[in-house]
Amino acid sequence: MIDLLATRGYFLVAFLLMGVGTYMLIGSPNLIKKVIGMNVFQTGIFLFFITSAFVEGASPPLLSAPEPYVSPLPHVLILTAIVVGVSLTAVALGLIVRIYDEYGSLRESEIREVAADE
Amino acid sequence: MSSLPALLVAAPLLGSVLALLAGLVRSKTGWPVALVTAAVQVVGAGVLASRAFDSTVSYVVGGFTAPFGIELVVDGLSATIALLVAVVSLAVLAYSRAAGPRTNAFYAVYLLLVAGLTGMSITGDVFNMYVFLEITGLAAYALVASGEGGRSARAALKYLIVGTIGASLFLLGIGYAFIATGTLNMADLSTQLAAVGYTEPLVQAAFALLVVGLFVKVAVFPLHAWQPDAYAGSPDSVSALISALVSTVAAYALIRIVFTVFTVEFLQANPAARSLLVAGAVVSIVFGSVLAVSQTEIKRMLAYSSVSQFGLVVGAIAVANETALIGATIHLVGHAVMKGGLFLTAGLIATATGARTVDEYEGLIQRHPLGAGVFGLLALAMVGVPPAVGFVGKWYIALGAVEASAWPLAVVILLSTLLTLAYFARILERMFFRDASEEPRSSERPAASDGGVAVDGVSVGMIGVVVAAALAAVVLGTLAFEYGQLLEPTVQALLS
Repeated sequence: MIDLLATRGYFLVAFLLMGVGTYMLIGSPNLIKKVIGMNVFQTGIFLFFITSAFVEGASPPLLSAPEPYVSPLPHVLILTAIVVGVSLTAVALGLIVRIYDEYGSLRESEIREVAADE
Repeated sequence: MSSLPALLVAAPLLGSVLALLAGLVRSKTGWPVALVTAAVQVVGAGVLASRAFDSTVSYVVGGFTAPFGIELVVDGLSATIALLVAVVSLAVLAYSRAAGPRTNAFYAVYLLLVAGLTGMSITGDVFNMYVFLEITGLAAYALVASGEGGRSARAALKYLIVGTIGASLFLLGIGYAFIATGTLNMADLSTQLAAVGYTEPLVQAAFALLVVGLFVKVAVFPLHAWQPDAYAGSPDSVSALISALVSTVAAYALIRIVFTVFTVEFLQANPAARSLLVAGAVVSIVFGSVLAVSQTEIKRMLAYSSVSQFGLVVGAIAVANETALIGATIHLVGHAVMKGGLFLTAGLIATATGARTVDEYEGLIQRHPLGAGVFGLLALAMVGVPPAVGFVGKWYIALGAVEASAWPLAVVILLSTLLTLAYFARILERMFFRDASEEPRSSERPAASDGGVAVDGVSVGMIGVVVAAALAAVVLGTLAFEYGQLLEPTVQALLS
């Protein structure tokens, strides 16, 4: 177990972040915090990809640097995924602004009450 | 013309930007731009489909040869879905001209959705598929939110959060598969995964994450929670478009992932993987129907009906033989036509009479004979009355399950016809055999998700599309057996 923690620490942290994010997403009654939770969850996945690219003692993937190289592909993939994540956050926050205008609250329970009265 | 697959994704993207730019010059110019783009899309997809059935068309993006670069691969199955996307989006445009929403931004996002869906159906690269999945998702969230009032915004936010979790799990699954093999190209992945070994935990976990991620997008019970709110909360033209296409293309992606990337041998090596699919199918069919029976709002009932119908498709994937997969494809196309048509008809009826709940449909045949007739016809097609397309799809899937001796699944599939009848019979009986108990109570219920049209604002385009959908549901049924034979080589290649 200790050995696992020592050698796979980065993966553990990545999955811990995913867990924290999911918990926030489900548990928090505040819409903004839900979106933050979603971001933390995605960040966990990003770090998981980046960690997988790491090679012990390797240099950056430049022809001028000596071998071995770290894998550049996950970095490129995650760059795309980060852009997607930013757009998602933007759309989510835009929707939350509209919801706040309409219901005057960011708490799920209060919004539900106002919606039920309609 | 060899770059046709790439153009098929580029055209709606270009149209989307044009629609937005045209809005700067003059407002309400989005519709003609979208119409031209969708017409071009139909022609392009048609030409591509005419070639893809003979031999697989592939296109290397940017000159980076596969497996290093991104590859677009079009076989009979993907061409069918791409053509379906093009045709349905053109048809819904004819409806939305009068029904709205009419802003240029709406049509820009509309075309973005078409681009995302087309990309998902023709890509041959898993990460590329993730990107298109997210483009589709983002466009769909924005479209759901295009309705007025808080309801659509809340539905869209819920859809966004649940959909993002699904897409993120899909991405995580790609990560697992990538770590196991070091490649992202679908064809290459399938050989590399076989080399790694199908019983490796890493490969199994990749499968589970990819499938569960797509289950969210397909809206398989119990991951369907976003779907009824999203369908019921959005404007009528949007609910038709999304119900007809978004889940359909996600189900297509599931077929691709299961059969092109993981192959049938993987399912044979891992009984648990097949059990996951069977469980998803059975639970969806049964609970989707039960929930549909208990709804009072028409659009929510239709949404739960989708949960149950996609259970059938997932069931066909679990059966994994030729007959069932042909059935799955026919049912995907048939469901898109019928469910899109039903949502449009529900919108038409709501626009003409204000009726939006099951009880308000009482005696509809007297108040709006055309709407009631078309709704009844499409509902019967959905139940699976021959010769409609709903019958052919279910027939193939059930036959496939029997051929594979998957008896529990076969029973549930046959049962699903009865369950479908259970929720549509409620409406049929109210529409045709009861008198309206009182004046329509439309004034009590403000049409929350309406695009802001006058109550009698039914246009020729709206009626035309709705009637065309009903005709297509019947005509496609007669063509479906021939189409099944045409698709056979594609499916054989998929299963080998």
